Amino acid sequence: MEFLKWPQQASAFAADVDHVFIVLLIVSGGAVLLIAGLIVFFCVRYSRKKQPRPVHHTNTKLSLEIGWSVIALAFFLFAFAWGARIYLQMYRTAPDDAYAVYAIGKQWMWKFQHPDGRREINELHVPVNRPVKINLISQDVIHSLYIPAFRLKHDVLPMAYTEMWFEPTLPGSYHLFCAEYCGTSHSEMVGQVIAMRPEDFENWLGNSQGMGSTAQQGAKLVASLGCTSCHKSESTSIAPWFGGIYGKPVELADGTSTVVNDAYIRESILNPQAKVVRNFQPAMPSYQGRITEDEILSITAYIKSLREQKNE
Amino acid sequence: MNETALPNYLQEGTSLGSWLLTRDHKRIALLYMFAITFFFVIGGIAATFFRLELVTPKGDLVEAATYNRLFSLHGIVMVWLFLIPSIPAVFGNFLVPLMIGAKDLAFPRLNLLSWYLFMAGGTIIIGSAVLGSVDTGWTFYTPYSSLYSNSHVVAAVTGVFIVGFSSILTGLNFIVTIHKMRAPGMRWGRLPLFIWSQYATSIINVLATPVLAMTLALIALENLTDLGIFNPWKGGDPLLFQHLFWFYSHPAVYIMILPAMGVVSEVITCFARKRVFGYNFIAGSSLAIAFIGFMVWGHHMFVSGQSPYAGLVFSFLSMLVAVPSAIKVFNWTTTLYQGSILLSAPMLYVIGFIGLFTIGGLTGIFVATLAIDVHVHDTYFVVAHFHYIMVGGAVMAYFGALHFWWPKMFGRMYPESWARLAAIMIFVGFNLTFFPQFVLGYQGMPRRYHSYAPEFQVWNVLSSAGASILAVGYLLPFIYMAWSWKYAPRSGPNPWPATGLEWQVPSPPSKDNFSGIPHIEDEVYAYDQLFGKSDEPHSAPS
Repeated sequence: MEFLKWPQQASAFAADVDHVFIVLLIVSGGAVLLIAGLIVFFCVRYSRKKQPRPVHHTNTKLSLEIGWSVIALAFFLFAFAWGARIYLQMYRTAPDDAYAVYAIGKQWMWKFQHPDGRREINELHVPVNRPVKINLISQDVIHSLYIPAFRLKHDVLPMAYTEMWFEPTLPGSYHLFCAEYCGTSHSEMVGQVIAMRPEDFENWLGNSQGMGSTAQQGAKLVASLGCTSCHKSESTSIAPWFGGIYGKPVELADGTSTVVNDAYIRESILNPQAKVVRNFQPAMPSYQGRITEDEILSITAYIKSLREQKNE
Repeated sequence: MNETALPNYLQEGTSLGSWLLTRDHKRIALLYMFAITFFFVIGGIAATFFRLELVTPKGDLVEAATYNRLFSLHGIVMVWLFLIPSIPAVFGNFLVPLMIGAKDLAFPRLNLLSWYLFMAGGTIIIGSAVLGSVDTGWTFYTPYSSLYSNSHVVAAVTGVFIVGFSSILTGLNFIVTIHKMRAPGMRWGRLPLFIWSQYATSIINVLATPVLAMTLALIALENLTDLGIFNPWKGGDPLLFQHLFWFYSHPAVYIMILPAMGVVSEVITCFARKRVFGYNFIAGSSLAIAFIGFMVWGHHMFVSGQSPYAGLVFSFLSMLVAVPSAIKVFNWTTTLYQGSILLSAPMLYVIGFIGLFTIGGLTGIFVATLAIDVHVHDTYFVVAHFHYIMVGGAVMAYFGALHFWWPKMFGRMYPESWARLAAIMIFVGFNLTFFPQFVLGYQGMPRRYHSYAPEFQVWNVLSSAGASILAVGYLLPFIYMAWSWKYAPRSGPNPWPATGLEWQVPSPPSKDNFSGIPHIEDEVYAYDQLFGKSDEPHSAPS
């Protein structure tokens, strides 16, 4: 009787979501039974055979109208408040110590990138009992990363990073679906999340295929794409150096400032004129169409790895 | 009344031209009825194919590309060519003038134009389907629809764009008619609740549909040119499309359900032989739904990447819009109390409506609850939820209205036991089709999946089995209503009997509806004057 099974609860939020669901199910089920029961009872008790003429013609009763409106509203607001509380937990920014993974959605596959440079397609290995953060981006249309056992999904947008996070609690292998219709093979954009005990996960990571960390791949890209001909490690007036800038505010040419984060780095590669750093010329060409989302992520990881480096 | 001498509206010319150029609201209603029946069959055939496909987890009956076109066609046809026009364009057209004591709608020519626009749009949509159809889903999400789909998006949105103007013009016509053409004594507080629901619906049609038109025009333009409104690579925002689309398409749900609620109010009082309970609250809740319904569109976007705080606001407002619906359900139920109830075919449909709409409405609370929506969004749970509202609600009410006003429209009865059997089959078939989808959704099966994980098969088989019962249930009325048209016994002007103004003229009515100008002396649900109270003393609390 597998089809009657309650869906697995494999994340820290899953039980919370199920609790709200079950309470709403009980109250709503009760309401449906009450209304259906009343209707059936009235239809039998006041059937035309037994009751050729109506007994009563009461038009309205204010106390009843107010009473049932207030009861309904109270129940609805209770559902709102409880659901909102959990939602804000789920959708808040991930904890700082989260294990950070990158996900790229494309028609029709999921590509994942671990911090050590490991890549996976349609499979994502994660440790249990530790927050896992996924930075999401799409290469084409809107997708949605959905893991039913975690009771979690988030849409994956083109040209904008979004983020989701969860804490797996139960080792195992779980469905991973694309939930936003994305074209012909939408239903094949599926895979597995494999949650592992921390020691197993370390082992799994240890079997790395030796592609080098993402940051190292980024460093190679920066050289091969010719970035370093302007972004030189010694300070020049052509372009700023990458060292020590990640996570820090930077002053812009128009007098405002911004924080150097993933989104800013991505924008500066694809649309360099949008936010030019103060005292530099808007001389960089756009790399849109010449660089993939994976490569942007590697370069970002490289710049991030230089965050402790002193700038100038 | 001495109106029997006048020919009825069906006898005013039998040539094709007398129908295609008619300005009589009743004939235009029938033109709509034939058209939407045809579209309903098309949408149903598409559903038959994908329900068959879903019997097995593998995509083995049709290819993925075909499957995607089938559910897209099903959605587009059922939403825009059946549900939106169904009750307003057929029964609204037929009944609004009759119920308020008017000769016709305010703008009879505009009314005919609306039908032609509807047919033009419908023809383009069906034409695009014949050419190869669209594969975007009925929601046309960007950038898939604007940049990636290789299907006939431009043709389909053009069709929907044109159909939209039919809605706008019909809405405008109803608003003006209800304001300006009520018979003497037909005060706002005496209007049938069906009229209130049509009025609320018309407001939504007039205010929301232009937004859809603009949005679809932008989709077409992005397909044809380099415009960058929704294109993120040109600085556009694909989420903007979702905001604009749902700004229309959520109120559109109320365009479908409000008229259905109007039907329920009429039928339930008639077959309980009792004045409706809480007239002001039912009428007022229609307006409240129309008003608040404009402010909940963002609940379709809780997982889209919009701000979580926007999510909070939209979740809260969605809870508020549920209250007027609850008020209606409670008032209908109370109307039955101490009545004299006959479970005729229209009444069975309407009671079915109340049950299914209640489940649809309450599961609406589930999906408006943020934490639950994160899990069930874009799964079969949502599919089940909105089918309970649109099919369990709107389609049940459409069939209820069809049976209730059929004698008025054609002057003939229909075979009652067949009609009751159909109502029961539709109710049972519907539940068997869609209840399993709630389970599938909570278990995590995403919607719009051509193939699926094997553990979801049992519920899918049940659902498809239910769909076959539902299909037979829908087929029955086609057969016996066609028979009734020619062969059933004549019905007389008021077979149930009911109190509304439309029942005081012959069936079918004459071209001008009334022989003189009716004067209204009393509220519309004066069933106590028609039947009086029982003499039997009753012990129920006062």
